[in-house]
Amino acid sequence: MIEFVHPALLFILGAVPIPFLKGSIRKTYLVLIPALAIAAVLAMEPGSYGAGRFIGQEILFAKVDKLSIVFATVFTIMALIGMVYALHLSQAGQHVAAFVYVGSALGVVFAGDYLTLYLFWEGMAFASAYLVFAQGGERAIRAAFRYLMVHVTGGVALLGGIVLHGLAAGSLLFGPIAGGALAGTMDVGGYLILAGFLLNAAVPPLNAWLTDAYPEATVTGAVFMSAFTTKTAVYVLARAFPGTELLVWLGAVMALYGVIYAVLENDCRRLLAYHIVSQVGYMVAGIGIGTEMAVNGATSHAFAHILYKALLFMGAGAVIEVTGRRKLTELGGLYKTMPLTVALYMVGAFAISAFPFFSGFVTKSMVIAAAGQDHRALVVLALTMASSGTFLHTGLKLPYYMFFGTDRKLEAREPPRNMLVAMGIAAVFCIVIGVFPEPLYALLPYPVAFEPYTGVHVTESLGLLMFTALGFVLFLKALDPENTISIDTDWFYRKGARAFLWLAEKPLARYEKAVSNVSDTLALPLLHGTARAGLRVDLNGVDAAVNGFARAILSGGGALRRLQTGVVTHYALAMIAGVIAAIAVFAVVWQ
Amino acid sequence: MIKRVVDFFGDEGHARSRRRLFYMVLALIVVADFLVPREHAEYLWDRLPGWSAVYGFGSCLLLIFVSKFLGHQGGLMRREDYYD
Repeated sequence: MIEFVHPALLFILGAVPIPFLKGSIRKTYLVLIPALAIAAVLAMEPGSYGAGRFIGQEILFAKVDKLSIVFATVFTIMALIGMVYALHLSQAGQHVAAFVYVGSALGVVFAGDYLTLYLFWEGMAFASAYLVFAQGGERAIRAAFRYLMVHVTGGVALLGGIVLHGLAAGSLLFGPIAGGALAGTMDVGGYLILAGFLLNAAVPPLNAWLTDAYPEATVTGAVFMSAFTTKTAVYVLARAFPGTELLVWLGAVMALYGVIYAVLENDCRRLLAYHIVSQVGYMVAGIGIGTEMAVNGATSHAFAHILYKALLFMGAGAVIEVTGRRKLTELGGLYKTMPLTVALYMVGAFAISAFPFFSGFVTKSMVIAAAGQDHRALVVLALTMASSGTFLHTGLKLPYYMFFGTDRKLEAREPPRNMLVAMGIAAVFCIVIGVFPEPLYALLPYPVAFEPYTGVHVTESLGLLMFTALGFVLFLKALDPENTISIDTDWFYRKGARAFLWLAEKPLARYEKAVSNVSDTLALPLLHGTARAGLRVDLNGVDAAVNGFARAILSGGGALRRLQTGVVTHYALAMIAGVIAAIAVFAVVWQ
Repeated sequence: MIKRVVDFFGDEGHARSRRRLFYMVLALIVVADFLVPREHAEYLWDRLPGWSAVYGFGSCLLLIFVSKFLGHQGGLMRREDYYD
């Protein structure tokens, strides 16, 4: 019996035949591969697989332990749900991109060394960007380019960190970064790696790529995106930086940051995207606290979060699919025509808000309890306040303005059956995890000594949530969505890029023109003149060497003029050749 | 069945019974919070029955008004064509 089949390969190699399959064969295939991947994850045994050497470094293709198995389990379940949700698509492109995206995320989860991790990390960025590009239209394509550029920049920081850390530590094996737990003792490489991870976890101020791009993705693509990129980042943080004090505070701030922006948001999926930021805050804080209970809490919350967040994105996606509208100011009154979508969405909303008997209740509270045990009163208060905000938006504001509220007399119907089935599967998970948390607790990296269902915990949670609802009912008018967009940290590169382009188009272009004018009108005639003078002097019988020197200057000037083509692609080619040469030199020296 | 439950929360005709149910649930939760045993109290607020209700209500108001203040007075909310 084969003891380990890498699920990443199942997805990435499995993506190849998709364009050649048609009709029901393709549909069966699209569901079969995730099902096989789930089986592969359930069957795998902890251990190390695929060790080798590359450019003199130790490579470990797959390292399996409890932490990676939890994430792989939920990733493969999510891949199945996402594929069912996307079954009605006729184009193969998005299916292929989704497969490569899921495969890359799984590759990161099992990566035993930093080079493997980096390879799959970049694969994730490019595959997921396609899910935004596939939406088409100028807005989506612009957002997709921004998304890609931010992630490529983050990837460069990560790679730089990996190289520096590798040189300092003498090994590229992926594990806790030495000194990570003690602030101030980490080297530059460690900080660069942390920055690359934090960017993918959407920790403010590096969060804007998420809320910028996810709402512009395709209906089915956004469901995949909501699940994988940030949670892969949570996984690598849990692996490399548990107990890093900085993360506690970033996480607590992040949880509130997301809910504050969610108040202002008018786009339904952007509101949900801000709640990804908020929810990932709990996980980042849990990893920062770093106790066994806190890491368990962060891990289990990631598990539950992937399923309920996907359910919420699927609900909002269903509304966009049938109405073609995405702004809360243009939606309302859909409950009559889409009751099943309403009910399934609300299951996700109760789960994210941590109502008793829904999945968030048994996972989010573990993070908060761990913060309490670690004597961090402020963190407890901040995270509890964020819980109130979560219910306020995803449980009350969004469904109220999307499904109830003012009836806009929209023509709507329930979405295609495969979408409802996918939402149904996710909803079942949200409830089953909430009612029977033990199987999830058994999967967690450390033994669990936490009982979510105590009387106090139930009444306190209900009190917090229902009195939030009271505030919502009393101040409903203040929450009316407004036709605006919110400025986030993407302002710096969206406006900054414009300033840069202006600089490139106006002063720099003028300077360049002036320089070439000088060379055309002054330098070249001067050279010609000197040459001519030299010729004359030569004719007058002076040394022949002068003649040769003048000729050299003349031909040198011509060659210089030919080099200065002004064609950007030539310059770019020269730069790429330079980078390749530098890498080659570097690889040889490193050996 | 699902449609009837959803309609109960949507239809104007049920507004009265909806409100009555809501306030009844609120009262029940506060009463229950006074009755549950509190053997493990880590912080001051753990010993206060009804604390979470007050904190939830306060958080809700704080979040709404701080965010809207930042949005309107802090200049975070802009016209939709701001970046065009």
